[in-house]
Amino acid sequence: MLELCNITKVFNPGTVTETTVFSDFSLSVQKGEFVSVVGSNGSGKTTLLNILCGSVAPTSGEVHIGGKVVNRQKDYERYRTIGRVYQDPALGTCPSLTVFENLSLADNKGKRFGLSAGVNKKRQPFYREQLASLGLGLEDKMHVRMGALSGGQRQAVALLMATLTPLDVLILDEHTAALDPRTAETIMELTNRIVREKELTALMVTHNLRYAAEYGTRLLMLDKGQIVLDVSGEEKKTTTTESILQIFNRISIECGN
Amino acid sequence: MTDLIISTLTQGFIYALLSYGVFITYKILDFPDLTVDGSFPLGAAVTAVLLTRGVHPYLTLPIALAVGALAGLVTGLIHVRGHVRDLLAGIITMTALFSVNLQIAGSNLTVERKVDTIFNLPFLSGISLLYRKLIVSFVLALLCKLILDAYFRTKNGLLLRAVGDNSTLVTSLAKDMGSVKILGLVLSNALVALAGCVVCHEQRSFSATMGTGQVVFGLATVIIGSTLFKKLGFVKGTTAAAVGSILYKICIQCAISLGLPANFLKLITAVLFLLILLAGNLRKGEKSRA
Repeated sequence: MLELCNITKVFNPGTVTETTVFSDFSLSVQKGEFVSVVGSNGSGKTTLLNILCGSVAPTSGEVHIGGKVVNRQKDYERYRTIGRVYQDPALGTCPSLTVFENLSLADNKGKRFGLSAGVNKKRQPFYREQLASLGLGLEDKMHVRMGALSGGQRQAVALLMATLTPLDVLILDEHTAALDPRTAETIMELTNRIVREKELTALMVTHNLRYAAEYGTRLLMLDKGQIVLDVSGEEKKTTTTESILQIFNRISIECGN
Repeated sequence: MTDLIISTLTQGFIYALLSYGVFITYKILDFPDLTVDGSFPLGAAVTAVLLTRGVHPYLTLPIALAVGALAGLVTGLIHVRGHVRDLLAGIITMTALFSVNLQIAGSNLTVERKVDTIFNLPFLSGISLLYRKLIVSFVLALLCKLILDAYFRTKNGLLLRAVGDNSTLVTSLAKDMGSVKILGLVLSNALVALAGCVVCHEQRSFSATMGTGQVVFGLATVIIGSTLFKKLGFVKGTTAAAVGSILYKICIQCAISLGLPANFLKLITAVLFLLILLAGNLRKGEKSRA
């Protein structure tokens, strides 16, 4: 479903600040896998997502999404089959539009944005049902401006919006990091449920080792642009926060952190 | 006295068209667009030339819209495709347009009395010119408002509102945010040039310097409108801009009636704008202290 082939990425080549984030990096994610990615700062997690989504071009190597090479596609073209939830809850929704208008926009993703009515009353029951399934009482706030909702509520709607249309891959970019622990828990539960119900292929970057251990079907740990841990299947099920933390600490000590 | 009120209202309605344009860039796109100072006289220059050549007055309206759209397109392309900062992109187009306008009109141009304008067409012949101007400008302002409001409710309109709010979301929706921004600039400057066109009909003249200060005027009206109606959520942004335009013209008229020489007009405009901004900040300060 998702493949990075022999990716090399060098920032500022030929200058004193030249940094190689990836050299000959390869990763293949199968359809239906829910991959958690952990790693310390500077390990290449964000660059990985940016290379996938097209906001950063790799120095060499190929990016495959849904069986196609997408290297030449612009970021907005790739988002036709990519859903993304950001760390900042404000980035996933439009604050001055209502919940209904936001959902209508997301519902129309991949289609033409022409001069037909922006919102469709007939879809309202469907949106209500979807909002109700979040369990946050948002179904009664259909006509409230998005900006008036709390961070957690916004993130829940952002999650819903990102998964409203069929996707090749869902990208979760530290999407619980800006929330308080309880809300983060709620959003993580919701994410897990949505990914399973809609049978999505998902890539979740997180700093929360417990989430990485508890959720998902596969776990990756990155360090200096290399995969240092890759567990899936039965092995993943027995992975605990403690065991990841051990490896994490060992790497940190080796680095002298 | 009544005459003065009527003509002030007329001015308010005509300049509301410009306010709508600035509303789109400033409020919706969050783009401080200085092209306005050039696209406004552009509309007037084209209209003055067309009227002198004997083109039907009503035909000048769509033509002004089109040339204004073109000016917006240039700013949009410079900003989006050329990656030039928003203010600079506007300044470049505005500066270029000064020469373009003079090239189009030759020099300052006066439309002769015998030439018909949109204000003296046969079906309104029973009414005096003063009221005809009021009616025509009111109808134009209302029509543009209704069309814009309807547009903002379409899918395309929603996308335009989204781009100023959160351009990342537009990218996530698999749409090129650059194209949406360009579209907004095109729409805005089309309306601004239309305002220039109607002003030319009303004054029967084009002058190269008539664009100076129009951005400030537009921003002031949009800010007055949105500050006044902040509490009333149901008042549309377009309505607020139109009311702002009328109030502004009343203020200026009062200043002139009190005996301020016309040379001070731009100074008043600037001072008034500053006062509005300061008043807005004062209000914000009170809120944050409360």
